[in-house]
Amino acid sequence: MPINDNAFSTALSLILSMDSALISIVMLSLQVSLMAVLIASLLALPLGAALALWHFPGRNAVIVALNALMGLPPVVAGLCVYLLLSRAGPLGEWGLLFSPTAMVIAQVILVLPIIAALTRQQIEALHSEYAEQLNSLGLSRQRMIPTLLWDARFALLTVILAGFGRASAEVGAVMIVGGNIDGVTRVMTTSIVLETSKGNLPMALGLGIILLALVTMINAIAHMIGETAKRRLG
Amino acid sequence: MMKTTAFITAGTLALGWSSTLIAADGYITLASTTSTENSGLFGAIIPAFTEESGIEVRVVAVGTGQAFEIARRGDADSLLVHDTVGEEQFVADGYATQRLDVMYNDFVIVGPSDDPADISESETVSDAMQRIAESESPFASRGDDSGTHRAELRLWEDAGVTPQGGWYRELGSGMGPTLNTAAGMNAYSFTDRATWVAFENPQDLKLLFEGDEALFNQYGSLLLSEEQHPHLKHALAAQWHEWLVSEQGQQAIADFEVAGEQLFFPNAE
Repeated sequence: MPINDNAFSTALSLILSMDSALISIVMLSLQVSLMAVLIASLLALPLGAALALWHFPGRNAVIVALNALMGLPPVVAGLCVYLLLSRAGPLGEWGLLFSPTAMVIAQVILVLPIIAALTRQQIEALHSEYAEQLNSLGLSRQRMIPTLLWDARFALLTVILAGFGRASAEVGAVMIVGGNIDGVTRVMTTSIVLETSKGNLPMALGLGIILLALVTMINAIAHMIGETAKRRLG
Repeated sequence: MMKTTAFITAGTLALGWSSTLIAADGYITLASTTSTENSGLFGAIIPAFTEESGIEVRVVAVGTGQAFEIARRGDADSLLVHDTVGEEQFVADGYATQRLDVMYNDFVIVGPSDDPADISESETVSDAMQRIAESESPFASRGDDSGTHRAELRLWEDAGVTPQGGWYRELGSGMGPTLNTAAGMNAYSFTDRATWVAFENPQDLKLLFEGDEALFNQYGSLLLSEEQHPHLKHALAAQWHEWLVSEQGQQAIADFEVAGEQLFFPNAE
């Protein structure tokens, strides 16, 4: 890889060289984080909506816990998954440690509380707005969930992007459960840590610029899709 | 709509990597130290081994303390570290069946180029460390129970110094981050030569003390116990262990250079 003193020109020459190692690192970063956000969304959107609609004893405790878990340090999530997947741990048989799958699991744990907590808030607001209409239609709460989620879809897109931001930015969890193995579990953030530890700061910052550009691009695409859909569907 | 699109994209991306996972069958996971990985040694010697044996070696580079822990829990097939005392204990504890010398290099002391503690005039490492302590010059220590940290602590003890006070800063990080911090606060630091030579952000730091026999840094390969962890890839790991001390392995280590300087010296018996 080319090396020089300027992070921006390093980033640019990295992109222009289409370095195959860099491309595979970028692809793995996207795969892991998007997969984690997908799984977390599938679980957290209904969970958040259910939490908004059902009232049960201890509900407030669950809400506080979810809100608190939004601040779960990635390294703690990583450590928990490490102990779980380690050969000496309860799921050691699966042999998943130091694999991309382990990284996805760790990131799901980080992203799920964010999406669930913010969904709960959005759906609760929407529900109190439409409660009368929904009740007059005679919808059960279970049937309300898809309706409300669909109605809140534009706000929820932002919620999902917040989750993606968390996943693509964290390094503590993927470092521990992935092991930063060259060509297997090395992603953008762990590469940045590695280059920093080698004292190769322009390269580290160059990779940081590329990561930021990628995340910006994904956010822009999501924004555009959201805007277009809003205009078409009113 | 947009969710569906995003999900399909994610799904497609996810399928991309499952195929690469299946392809990698003949591999071992090696727990090793940051000095061997960061200096580029593994990048230079592993391809030669893979070509000969068809076995891929996946390196998890961590501090020696963590590497022992990974191996103890059965999460690595092989172990290559630099803490002879700890390695022998590991064998005695039954986690490994054999320990072999592979190569050595040495530790050095780096520090601000104006050398406020005058350690470049020291004859012995004990004297150098006493001078740092007496002048209370800032010293950045790994503080992470790594092989280098353990060696540093042994040398303080030999020098009759209890390292404590405002000048002694335990960072709790790897060698590279420690050097970055030492460069930032213009402090002395204790490092292995390989990481130092390959390090690209020295700023005002210079190599100030080297050459004492006490600074010898031995690397050893461990053959992990089949009894403790029957699920590990012992046959493949044994091939790697034996290759390291074979003529080809030793030659590959000797051939590895950074900026024209040999960083590891093979010394298998």
